[in-house]
Amino acid sequence: MITINHYLVLSAVLFSLGTFGVLTRKNAIVIFMCIELMLNAVNLSFISLSSHLGNMDGQIFVFFVMTVAAAEAAVGLALMIAFFRNRESIAVDDFSLLKW
Amino acid sequence: MENLVQAALANVNFSAIMPSLVLVCFGMALLLIGVFSRRGRTTHIAWISIIGLVITGIYTYIDWVNPETQFGFAGHVAQDNFAVFFNIIFIAAAGLTILISDDYLKREGYPISEYYALILFSTAGAMWMASGTDLMTIFLGLEVLSISLYVLAGMFRNDVRSNEAGLKYFLLGAFSTGFLLYGVALLYGVAGTTNVADIGMYLSAHKAALGNPMTIAGMVLLSTGFMFKIAIVPFHMWTPDVYQGAPTPITAFMSAGPKAAAIAAFLRILMFGLPELHAEWGAMLWLLAVLTMTVGNFIAISQTNIKRMLAYSSIAHAGYALVGLVAANEVGLSGILYYMLAYTFMNIGAFAVLILAGKQGEENLTLDGFAGFGYKRPFLGVALCVFLFSLMGLPPTAGFAGKFYVFAGAVKAGYIWLAIIGVLNSAVSLYYYLRVMVYMYFREPTEDYSWISMPVGAVISIVIALFGVLYLGLLPDCVMEMAKMSIF
Repeated sequence: MITINHYLVLSAVLFSLGTFGVLTRKNAIVIFMCIELMLNAVNLSFISLSSHLGNMDGQIFVFFVMTVAAAEAAVGLALMIAFFRNRESIAVDDFSLLKW
Repeated sequence: MENLVQAALANVNFSAIMPSLVLVCFGMALLLIGVFSRRGRTTHIAWISIIGLVITGIYTYIDWVNPETQFGFAGHVAQDNFAVFFNIIFIAAAGLTILISDDYLKREGYPISEYYALILFSTAGAMWMASGTDLMTIFLGLEVLSISLYVLAGMFRNDVRSNEAGLKYFLLGAFSTGFLLYGVALLYGVAGTTNVADIGMYLSAHKAALGNPMTIAGMVLLSTGFMFKIAIVPFHMWTPDVYQGAPTPITAFMSAGPKAAAIAAFLRILMFGLPELHAEWGAMLWLLAVLTMTVGNFIAISQTNIKRMLAYSSIAHAGYALVGLVAANEVGLSGILYYMLAYTFMNIGAFAVLILAGKQGEENLTLDGFAGFGYKRPFLGVALCVFLFSLMGLPPTAGFAGKFYVFAGAVKAGYIWLAIIGVLNSAVSLYYYLRVMVYMYFREPTEDYSWISMPVGAVISIVIALFGVLYLGLLPDCVMEMAKMSIF
């Protein structure tokens, strides 16, 4: 029997994996994918809680999260292209001009 | 069917979001006007966006005069005095930024018309954050604000620093959004609603839910998301880099408007949604306020780049604002509102002078670049001194009154040590602000600063900022009364 707890644990595991990836990976696109993983882990939480509580707010929230994630992807990839044009790299190690 | 439509429209109540609606309409119109304008011509677009902000200001004034709170979108937004006061801050921040931008963008070779539309959009997002009474609206406002700012920070496409700033801001901003959303999801799981006031009512009715680890985890994650945006230590890592790399007017804007917006939403959530957990978040914010003030001020001392120094100083100022939030009483909370308004004027004013002091391609931002500046350019020198005095918190400037109210709130609530640490930190900050003045007045000038022109917009902006700083400093009562009426 799969209960709400299974979904919540899965969501927490996915979220942690995403966080871990953001903190350890070097490629900006991979980091961005990890962020998307975090957002989708949250979406899973929202949907399962929504179904568990029997109220629609969570599912509506998911629509907004997906819309925002799409907008973020558009802007983020554009920024990466701009950076790549100048530096020929999108490794975060090359984000090195601004330091104290 | 018709009844349904009517019922839905009655719930929507557009008058509750009228100021931001005007901004969005102007923003979209500007995008179109930009397409039909000659390349490189942006002056008229800047002035149209100023007109848009003035109209928004008129609607905000109408909202202020109207004592009734306007609710809209089935209770998802509330145009109460709190939201209106913050709207005034956002309008001031956006207006001053646009006034200093036009000449700067032309000088640096990026006369881009979308720039102004994006500033208007981000201002509208900030307004939704301040007036949102549902975590959904607050989240959407935050994202509208942030996504516009990612683009603005990376606006100078051929400048690697700007690219880097935009990309860093984007990655860390999106990362923090993840935490914020997870916090929202957990609180939703506990309370079964995303409405801030309903969460508060649920928690006060079900005391057992307070000990639920999901509630605490939700609060911590939600706070983490906001702290990234406000740049609270230890979530401040992106701030100096992004502030230094972004176009200077955008740095000025980011440190004033969006920071105030995040504080507004954070304040509303803590005071309405989680008042039952005041002991928990009070203790957490006490520690973070001390850390933020101390780290911000001490690292600012070692900076030689003025833009970066102001970035660290803006971290420290966020710490002062947190002091009022820890106190969470009438004086402290209205002090935050007052402080954010004062900070808007003094910080954007200081950045306006920095922008004028630069030349094309090489921004004049080192301390040495200001040697003898006060004698060669008396007006700008005096203006910069007033803004720096205000940032230090010396009377009779706005910064003094703001800090006074915030610390008075802390003392009243019994947080004596917090107030003492805050005052000691202000004393530390004297060093690095005064150092700029020492260079301006006590070093032999190496340049004659003949490249500095005085464009109309920037001069208007500096004069308004000077007026704001001195008015708020000399006659704080009137605005403080407004701030007191604005808190809950």
